[in-house]
Amino acid sequence: MYQSFLIKYAEIATKGKNRYLFEDALVRQIRRALKPVEGTFRVCKEQGRIYAHAEGTYDYEEAVEALRRVFGIVAICPVVILEDEGFEKLSQDVIAYLDAAYADKHMTFKVMARRARKNYPKDSCTINADLGEAVLNAFPDIRVDVHRPDIYLNVEIREKIYVYSQSIPGAGGMPVGTAGKAMLLLSGGIDSPVAGYMIAKRGAKIDAVYFHAPPYTSERAKQKVVDLAKLVARYSGPIELHVVNFTDIQMYIYDTCPHDQLTILMRRYMMRIAEQIALENDCLGLITGESIGQVASQTMQSLMATNEVCTLPVYRPLIAFDKQDIVEISEKIGTYETSILPYEDCCTIFVAKHPVTKPNLKVIARSEEKLGGRIDEMVKTALETREKIWAD
Amino acid sequence: MEIYFDNAATTQVTPRVSDAVVQAMTGIYGNPSSLHHKGYEAELAVKKARTEIASLLKVPEKEIFFTSGGTESDNLALIGAAFARRRAGSHLITTSVEHPAVLRTMSWLENNGFQVTYLPVDAYGQVRLEDLQAALTPETILVSVMYVNNEIGAREPVEELSRIAKAYNPAILFHSDAVQAFGKYRIRPAREGIDLMSVSAHKLHGPKGAGFLYVRDKVRLEPLLHGGGQQRDLRPGTENVPGMVGLSEAACASYEEREEKNRRLYELKKRFTEGLLSLEGTHIHGHTGEASAPHIVSAGFEGVRSETLLHALEERGIYVSSGSACSSNHPSVSGVLKAIGSEERWLDSTLRFSFSDLNTKEETDICLAALKELLPTLRRYRRS
Repeated sequence: MYQSFLIKYAEIATKGKNRYLFEDALVRQIRRALKPVEGTFRVCKEQGRIYAHAEGTYDYEEAVEALRRVFGIVAICPVVILEDEGFEKLSQDVIAYLDAAYADKHMTFKVMARRARKNYPKDSCTINADLGEAVLNAFPDIRVDVHRPDIYLNVEIREKIYVYSQSIPGAGGMPVGTAGKAMLLLSGGIDSPVAGYMIAKRGAKIDAVYFHAPPYTSERAKQKVVDLAKLVARYSGPIELHVVNFTDIQMYIYDTCPHDQLTILMRRYMMRIAEQIALENDCLGLITGESIGQVASQTMQSLMATNEVCTLPVYRPLIAFDKQDIVEISEKIGTYETSILPYEDCCTIFVAKHPVTKPNLKVIARSEEKLGGRIDEMVKTALETREKIWAD
Repeated sequence: MEIYFDNAATTQVTPRVSDAVVQAMTGIYGNPSSLHHKGYEAELAVKKARTEIASLLKVPEKEIFFTSGGTESDNLALIGAAFARRRAGSHLITTSVEHPAVLRTMSWLENNGFQVTYLPVDAYGQVRLEDLQAALTPETILVSVMYVNNEIGAREPVEELSRIAKAYNPAILFHSDAVQAFGKYRIRPAREGIDLMSVSAHKLHGPKGAGFLYVRDKVRLEPLLHGGGQQRDLRPGTENVPGMVGLSEAACASYEEREEKNRRLYELKKRFTEGLLSLEGTHIHGHTGEASAPHIVSAGFEGVRSETLLHALEERGIYVSSGSACSSNHPSVSGVLKAIGSEERWLDSTLRFSFSDLNTKEETDICLAALKELLPTLRRYRRS
């Protein structure tokens, strides 16, 4: 029945003279999202609105699913577009529309007419009244409620006439490409994909870095991270994933420093490497899935110790989230099932039984001094030998 | 360089087999049930495959039923026999070291009204005859014992076990999962008291998705699948002609110079186990010599996580397995090692090396050298 979707967006309308930049980004993201959907789509800005028109047959459910993943969309309204062939024909078409769209007519409604084309013979109040009457006559079970109706029957008179009454909630946020780019530290866990999703939702593009430690972590563990990046990319657009071999650095720290500091030292080097890659790729910040107190390396003291090594801002969108809340988002965005696959990641392989939870910055600095110039060489090698994978 | 020591998981398809499969897939495309010549041609190919396999086992060809492999054969044998014979009793006996295809089917049967006894094994993974004797009851309808254990290579005394079961009650059916044994041992089901036997093609350099169940004449099974009447209604469905052709080609190839190939495998195994035991902190599970299968060595490496060692060997092009590949996806430790009373320290530190006739002495030497080099490093870096 529907060949078109009216795309509603809110926040971006407030952006003043930059508005067209935001709308163009949204149009691009909608096109990208609809590309893999069965059917051909035309996405355009018309009279200050964005429409997605399907040409010929297409998969309605799949299209709605895809649109629901586009940041910046507040609501998706499947819309029926009619030619203006007189009010009598309009009434018939609207009645036919309601008949097809709602099997059960036990409901209340309100007509919301909008006459954008001022030469239309009836004004909006008259359209409301006359259409309402026609609908009431057509369906004995239907009632009018002008205060809290079950459905708002929108009828917009423009060059053509747009009829819609359904509003499917969108993902919200801002279209990707309207903020800058940020580098996500992606592990195989539950949190980091959610963190990436949340920052992308504010319009940021995402690249990612993954640290692997063969032979301690396996090919499947790496593939799992690639799969997670692809799942996040369904929302954020293509992600360039940098895979850094961390084994030598890890072993060198293991040999040189106290084992209870291993995790914190490792994370400091991960942050340094991630920042380096971020700067090389025009990123304006780092993203981590950290949440206060979740594990030893995420106490406020530990966060301070890892934060200290970077100058770029570190975005931690989950910082105040409980694990269960993170799990819920992860389930909603479809990364949970992949995140829980049981492959070891490099943060856990050498972890001490009792890692420090309140690292002292001076002690940590002393440990790092012991690593000397050799660690810088190793970092350099790790950066040079990194593998780049496109997750799309 | 690639050294493939995971032949108990699956084997490389040899050119001889893949040629036969491709030839059957492209040339013999008819449906064996079609009345015309193309159908007849396909029927002949299936018949030839069946005859060849039957002649290797020295059994009538009507006793061979093609399936999709070991798991289906085990399911058909156990569920089919249990349901066909449920009026005679509801008690089944198996061992605690069977492949999951048997163990999980047994637990499904337990949920569906049958009682199952799981026989223990000795320190070498072998079932004791007296344990079977003690487990038999008037209700017992079926005994299932694998021919060769897939994780540690233990050979079970199948013939003696069957004799004990049949002496107790001749109506008891005896099934054996021979997936790791067919092609290695000269199995004569009729003579060894085996009524049902499962075999898979991909352990013999054949294609995946093909296998057979030997069903002794007069043994009635309830089918799992229902359809167009193929294979005398026991296993209907349009025949997998290329799979069957590949299976029989691989089976025939495995029987050629079988004794010579086994002798070489045992030599290889001896050289390898001796080399392993000369390394510090190693242990071989089960029998080392000819008392166990020629192609499987299960070894423990003290203080090393098996998964890490596996990946470290992989970095050098050496492919091995931790426990059984079929259960490696689950984080749980090996049930077989527990069943043989293995010490705790080996449970997470064991690798399985499994050979085929394509492997060489040089490869085992390279593998031993790699282990010698890797073990000290891996022992140094561990959770503190």
